[in-house]
Amino acid sequence: MENIISIFLNSVFVGNILLAYFLGMCSFVAVSRNMDTAIGLGFAVVFVLSVTAPVNWIVWRYLLAPGALAWAGLPSVDLSFLKLITFIAVVAALVQAVEMVIDRYTPALYSSLGVFLPLIAVNCAILGTSLFMVERNYTFMQTLAFGAGSGIGWMLAIVSMAAIRIKLRYADTPKGLEGFGITMIVSGLMAMGFMLFSGITL
Amino acid sequence: MKITKSKPFKTFADPLGRNNPISIQSLGICSALAVTVQMKTAIVMGLSLTFVVAFSNLIISSMRNVIPRNIRMIVELSVIASLVILADEVLQAFFYDISKQLSVFVGLIITNCIVMGRAETFALGNPPGLSFLDGLGNGAGYGVILVTVAFIRELLGSGKLLGFQVIPQSFYNAGYENMGFMQLAPAAFIIIGLLVWLQKSITKE
Repeated sequence: MENIISIFLNSVFVGNILLAYFLGMCSFVAVSRNMDTAIGLGFAVVFVLSVTAPVNWIVWRYLLAPGALAWAGLPSVDLSFLKLITFIAVVAALVQAVEMVIDRYTPALYSSLGVFLPLIAVNCAILGTSLFMVERNYTFMQTLAFGAGSGIGWMLAIVSMAAIRIKLRYADTPKGLEGFGITMIVSGLMAMGFMLFSGITL
Repeated sequence: MKITKSKPFKTFADPLGRNNPISIQSLGICSALAVTVQMKTAIVMGLSLTFVVAFSNLIISSMRNVIPRNIRMIVELSVIASLVILADEVLQAFFYDISKQLSVFVGLIITNCIVMGRAETFALGNPPGLSFLDGLGNGAGYGVILVTVAFIRELLGSGKLLGFQVIPQSFYNAGYENMGFMQLAPAAFIIIGLLVWLQKSITKE
């Protein structure tokens, strides 16, 4: 249990998927201009990550990993080279499914998230979390914590970035550094702040 | 007509500088920064991405008249994913150490916005030859930024280039120290921010 809590906290702060591993940068830069959209996309990512990471774990463990097909009587089959294409297909299919479920049961949430859901399918953070999960050999519960933690960490980063950018509008940025350049430097400073959590162990 | 004015040349050279995918269009930063602690990994990453963009552009452009419009995303994704698997398998077979260091980032080329972006905006509307050049140019433009960032980080962070010690021992004896900060994630953000600033000030007349 402690182990799971520490994986969760680690993925939110120290190993923040955005600030330490640079995943999901494209939408981070594009969407952090506006507070409302940042919050909307943040929730969508938390949601999709908490669903896709465990599902990809099941797919990996029972279909693709070396020896995973032992339950079907094929212990020597190794499909791990299909990892990338399967994961991206699972992510795209799940995003589609999640979109339909939200549309059916909570139209209010759908209208606020709607635009962002399709975009998420090609967000590096989603695929990256699944790949990290395989590389680090997480168990199912650890994957659950890691997926949710990464999502929350990503949301925390994009929402604080949006808040900083609102303040930045009134700052006198040097010419040429406006926009992308200053966003990068601010993210660098934020990443430094998040690294301060690295001394904390549970 | 001079060669520098011809369309194929422009297609190739534009993304290297004036229209660089990372620093000007701010695409594909996702995977760009994590592999820049050392030059070796940055070069390999640049080459893998160039390979994937160039060939995905070539293949998608050759098929552009037969891909139905509403399923083009899936077609593009499967072409890109197959190429990435190919690159990943080759790296694992011949450069096992580097492939371990790059860890998940080769796989993440699939979701790199540059690949998808070039397929959507260029390959779908241009002949295969030009698309291939466009892919090469964009891959190289990405590689240039990656290698520059890695050059600064490796030189200042560990005093090495490509794994060879370049800062002489006498410097260290005189009190010089490696900047540990350069090895950490925030340094990459800050360097790329400064590079963008430099490039914008140079290109803007």
